[in-house]
Amino acid sequence: MLGVARRRLGSGTVLGQLVQALRPTAAPASTTAARNYSAAAKEITVREALNSALDEEMSADPSVFLMGEEVGEYQGAYKISKGLLDKYGPDRVLDTPITEAGFTGIGVGAAYHGLRPIVEFMTFNFSMQAIDHIINSAAKSNYMSSGQISVPIVFRGPNGAAAGVGAQHSQCYAAWYAHVPGLKVLAPYSAEDARGLLKAAIRDPDPVVFLENELLYGESFPVSAEALDSSFCLPIGKAKIERQGKDVTITAFSKMVGYALQAADILAKEGISAEVINLRSIRPLDRAAINASVRKTTRLVTVEEGFPQHGVGAEICMAVVEDSFEYLDAPVERIAGADVPMPYAANLERMAVPQVEDIVRAAKRACYRAVPMAATA
Amino acid sequence: MAAPSFTAAKFLAPVAARSGGERAPPLPATGAGFARPRRGAQQQQTRLRTALAVSSDVLAGNKAAQAASGQPAVTREEALELYEDMVLGRVFEDMCAQMYYRGKMFGFVHLYNGQEAVSTGFIKLLNQADCVVSTYRDHVHALSKGVPARSVMAELFGKATGCCRGQGGSMHMFSAPHNLLGGFAFIGEGIPVATGAAFAAKYRHEVLKQSSPDGLDVTLAFFGDGTCNNGQFFECLNMAQLWRLPIVFVVENNLWAIGMSHIRATSDPEIYKKGPAFGMPGVHVDGMDVLKVREVAKEAIERARRGEGPTLVECETYRFRGHSLADPDELRKPDEKSHYAARDPITALKKYIIEQNLATEPELKSIEKKIDDVVEEAVEFADASPHPPRSQLLENVFADPKGFGIGPDGKYRCEDPKFTQGTAQV
Repeated sequence: MLGVARRRLGSGTVLGQLVQALRPTAAPASTTAARNYSAAAKEITVREALNSALDEEMSADPSVFLMGEEVGEYQGAYKISKGLLDKYGPDRVLDTPITEAGFTGIGVGAAYHGLRPIVEFMTFNFSMQAIDHIINSAAKSNYMSSGQISVPIVFRGPNGAAAGVGAQHSQCYAAWYAHVPGLKVLAPYSAEDARGLLKAAIRDPDPVVFLENELLYGESFPVSAEALDSSFCLPIGKAKIERQGKDVTITAFSKMVGYALQAADILAKEGISAEVINLRSIRPLDRAAINASVRKTTRLVTVEEGFPQHGVGAEICMAVVEDSFEYLDAPVERIAGADVPMPYAANLERMAVPQVEDIVRAAKRACYRAVPMAATA
Repeated sequence: MAAPSFTAAKFLAPVAARSGGERAPPLPATGAGFARPRRGAQQQQTRLRTALAVSSDVLAGNKAAQAASGQPAVTREEALELYEDMVLGRVFEDMCAQMYYRGKMFGFVHLYNGQEAVSTGFIKLLNQADCVVSTYRDHVHALSKGVPARSVMAELFGKATGCCRGQGGSMHMFSAPHNLLGGFAFIGEGIPVATGAAFAAKYRHEVLKQSSPDGLDVTLAFFGDGTCNNGQFFECLNMAQLWRLPIVFVVENNLWAIGMSHIRATSDPEIYKKGPAFGMPGVHVDGMDVLKVREVAKEAIERARRGEGPTLVECETYRFRGHSLADPDELRKPDEKSHYAARDPITALKKYIIEQNLATEPELKSIEKKIDDVVEEAVEFADASPHPPRSQLLENVFADPKGFGIGPDGKYRCEDPKFTQGTAQV
């Protein structure tokens, strides 16, 4: 149902051990990997990438600490913080009670007063209990205090749909948080993204909402030696061209990048060369990269997992209309999740989240090579 | 109205009973309410926790001892400092009302008249490194913490010389040099932030080993009676006690949350009792008497500084004006208002100072004149200050918009081509 090439449960070891582990690559993404990465021999899962990023940043700066539900003794609800409690102790890896509003506010207050907290939400759905602090105490403080109080905090956790977890555990919050000035919103896809962007987020002096994806945690990606270096960071606000193309631009973030890459492979067989952009940063959005790509290809398909209305795709469409309207040869196509709370039944859930075929169809529509809907139903 | 006309009688009676020692719980043999447990004495700590449940009897005990000794509770310098601070708060707020009705101030303005004893009683005991977190009723907390009157007034006028350059306003007073961490519009929002600042103080002491010889830096969280029904309040009482954070939760119970009487909104209106439910001492004090507040504050702050954890202090106080300048204040009964007006903290302190011969009437008058001048000057300063320039609109959204700041060569680090290859020095 998920259509993702390979999933491997990571052992969640810290960096020292994983550098020695070599895993064989397999399946379609590896051809892309061979093109885009230099020494592609090492692979790590997204989980290992996040764990190593947390470990390195906590080791480098003693004012960084992690707090959240089950991050300590349970080793992390999704094992992202495995081993950190043993290494850093309960003063720096705090198991909190189930009180999102309270502990998020505590994190924000600690950030006001000189520390660098990482607040983990078990899923971003629970961040709604704390959203007042994310937006009113964290995002707006530097502005309200006119630069006196900056808030170097990271809010991280899994975002978006998982597998069969129902409506209250499946919402995507990218559009919600990206709406707010004062927040930086990041959405990594690969292990390299996860490592580089999390390290960047922790070092950043502003509040960062870091949207992970539960289904990507176990996926392995090849990483270069530079990415494994402890000073590796990716810039916030810059997108990545995952695959070069010339006929249509497909933008995506998080899990949908994998789907977009698969769709690009399918389209390539039909003679359509798709350029896939991994947004990486939802706010600030890399308008320059998106526009440059659209000016080259003249057609755009935006892909996201969240609800369509007021979503990320709507913002990207407007960004292109504002800057590159004359270059567009076709209306912008928007692929998003179904406009319903996530159903539980597996077949309905499949229909509520974009699939690879949806992206392929949208790209063909953008290229005026659409097949009538009746034929595919 | 169906609500009981004025429940102060019900409310005050327990206080009277308490100060008479009628319902005193058994105290440890040391006799002082806030006994000092020896470190590591686990059993003793558990015993003390239950014994400290209702400890405003401390005041009865102390007052009796002090009355017996005949010494005033404060020195002349302290008394004059307290008097000056309270008069500053009062005159400033009255000036705010005037300025608001003249259109110089706008939006939501919430005035603190009548509650000065709480702000002065607590904040004047703090060091510069200690933090204060407040609500929207924060002008006087800012003044007590040391933010100059002209900065606060200019901020209220929305001028570029305000403490937040006009970007915060009445409800969002921030001052990093004075460790005033806001100024929050949502009730309850400041409590977790204050708990976080206390957490940071403890973290710096224990993990980063940046200790001050005086002990931990203390944080005071000020909030009202309405907030005490809010979930975040309870969440923070739990976590502050769980982690023994150096914080004092100060409830300014002025009996009204806009037009909602505390009695109508709360199942058990005695807020100080909520502290022991979480394992911390809960104290009730007469918030119209600055000396009583100061006694309790001293103990609570010292407790926090020694690392013994949080205290919940409920100050019974009253706001002489409406909730905000837009509030017609029709629901509060005149006899309640006059009852509390008779207990004006400034008048009470003045009387005490004169009776105890700490200063003369002309000296106090000269302090009042000085404050009048300070506030007048603040208004002139604010009037004369420029509005924020247009360029200020987009400033300070981020501390560092591009991430990673400026590198040693003066350019944004993310524009360094080595950056994305992971080989740049960060």
